[in-house]
Amino acid sequence: MLPLNATITQITEESSLIRTFFFDHRFEDMEPGQFVMVWVRGVDEVPMGLSRKNSITVQKVGEATSKLFELKEGDSFGLRGPFGKGFTLPAKGEKVLIIAGGVGAAPLSPYAEAAFAAGAEVNTVLGARSAEHLLFEGRFEALGKVYVSTDDGSKGIKGFVTDALKNLNVAAYDRIAVCGPEIMMVSVFRFLEEKKVLDKAEFSLHRYFKCGIGVCGACCIDQSGLRVCKDGPVFSGVQLIGSEFGKYSRDASGRRVKI
Amino acid sequence: MQKLPAGRKRSYLMYTLTGLKLKNPAILAAGVLGTTGASLCRVAREGGAGAVVTKSIGPAPKTGHPNPSMIKLDCGFLNAMGLPNPSYPGFLQELEFAKNNSDVPVIASIFGGTPSEFAEVAEGLLPAKPDAFELNVSCPHAEGYGAAIGSNPCLVEAVTAAVKDVVNVPVWVKLTPNVADITCTGNAAESGGADAVVAINTVKGMAIDIESGYPILGNRSGGLSGKAVKPVAVKCVYDLYTALEIPVIGVGGVSSWEDAVEMMMAGASAVQVGSAVYDRVDIFSEIGSGIEAFLKRKGYSDIKKIIGLAHEMV
Repeated sequence: MLPLNATITQITEESSLIRTFFFDHRFEDMEPGQFVMVWVRGVDEVPMGLSRKNSITVQKVGEATSKLFELKEGDSFGLRGPFGKGFTLPAKGEKVLIIAGGVGAAPLSPYAEAAFAAGAEVNTVLGARSAEHLLFEGRFEALGKVYVSTDDGSKGIKGFVTDALKNLNVAAYDRIAVCGPEIMMVSVFRFLEEKKVLDKAEFSLHRYFKCGIGVCGACCIDQSGLRVCKDGPVFSGVQLIGSEFGKYSRDASGRRVKI
Repeated sequence: MQKLPAGRKRSYLMYTLTGLKLKNPAILAAGVLGTTGASLCRVAREGGAGAVVTKSIGPAPKTGHPNPSMIKLDCGFLNAMGLPNPSYPGFLQELEFAKNNSDVPVIASIFGGTPSEFAEVAEGLLPAKPDAFELNVSCPHAEGYGAAIGSNPCLVEAVTAAVKDVVNVPVWVKLTPNVADITCTGNAAESGGADAVVAINTVKGMAIDIESGYPILGNRSGGLSGKAVKPVAVKCVYDLYTALEIPVIGVGGVSSWEDAVEMMMAGASAVQVGSAVYDRVDIFSEIGSGIEAFLKRKGYSDIKKIIGLAHEMV
């Protein structure tokens, strides 16, 4: 698949560091949680979770995302995808808990909406460093209850998403979908493991991608050797038991780097 | 025909290649799912590969080219990874994991810029006890490495001899098709003491995004693999089989048992599979069982009967 040419139709500033780029193509068949490879021509190509069928929501973290932030409406970038395995959709009447940290809310927002549309009850734990950085609070609030935590206490519970989780009966949920920084996800993982509900949970992982299509092997995780770009990026909690998750990842050369 | 203990299934596929015992002639090619020990083990166990070749490892850590580093085309795949690797000290633990946790031969693919760098990397990986080395003198898109060496027969011979000097396991040399006559570099590898040659690495290629005019690959150009290159590979293997005494391992566009049989009839003693893992990781088992069924159907008593068969049909 050659990159398709996507023209930016609208840019929304979600916070000082996060922007949503709407483009003129809709990935009608996308599974929420799948990603696209975003090619900023002449710079780099990076994976991004789809935040809607026609948008990506990006945090400025490196060279490619900084260049992306220089683009304006009417400019274009290349897109390949959607790739990988997304979150499992619930059945009608199931209870779904979304646990989102920071820009991790991006791939979870279309999942929450799809779960709600499938007839599930959808509640959300939404965390960020401060009130300004809470992403898509309105989209989650339109579906069900939202429990907020901020590191600085500027909104909701002062602390991390795990502090908000302590007040919830996680065993009452049929499915739990998690995405955020790995440090946050691994503390959620431990919390859910303690509550013996890991089998209901799915986590969306980030690793350095090269090919993005399951061939090169740069994003394989230990000890299973599963490819984050093709067998993931969404994995069940059970698949991650005893894995490298929360311990280390590999950089572009393949060297291990501590989380 | 050899008698087998009662109740044991006869294996048509079990054979020895440069001293390595293979239970399946389909081997994982270098640069594919070979960055980590766990991934190599998965290809061996779940995938059913007869042996696995690691990502090419060099003397110093390299991050490779910027993305896009691989794209799928209608006729195959185009890639320019740029030899990303953690260096041999960084890869030792991965190689050890692969050796300890897979029950098939593990071949270390290595590269360097000079014969002495090749020898340094090979020696550096010896503590992890690889079953063989494969010398990458054929990567088409890494300046000063790969095909920069592999298109010069004198350097191919010198590199092969330098590695043979420091290791006592088989040494395979992977050749580039981007030369006027691949048998020249094949002969050079043989003169240097190679135990086998592997042909072919990717064919130079390029794709351009017509909306913007940008070459798509981060490195601008790269190497073509997959379906499109299979006839190129079959011809190279056919010529090398005639020119050399040592075994030829066929690689390039093999994605089914029929492709593997064709490559073996051209003269390949085994095949390597790379891009075809895109469709399924267990492609190796599928190829192995397909070949076995073919041998039975055609009445061949073992796999060696088809190696180079096309040369007899004149």
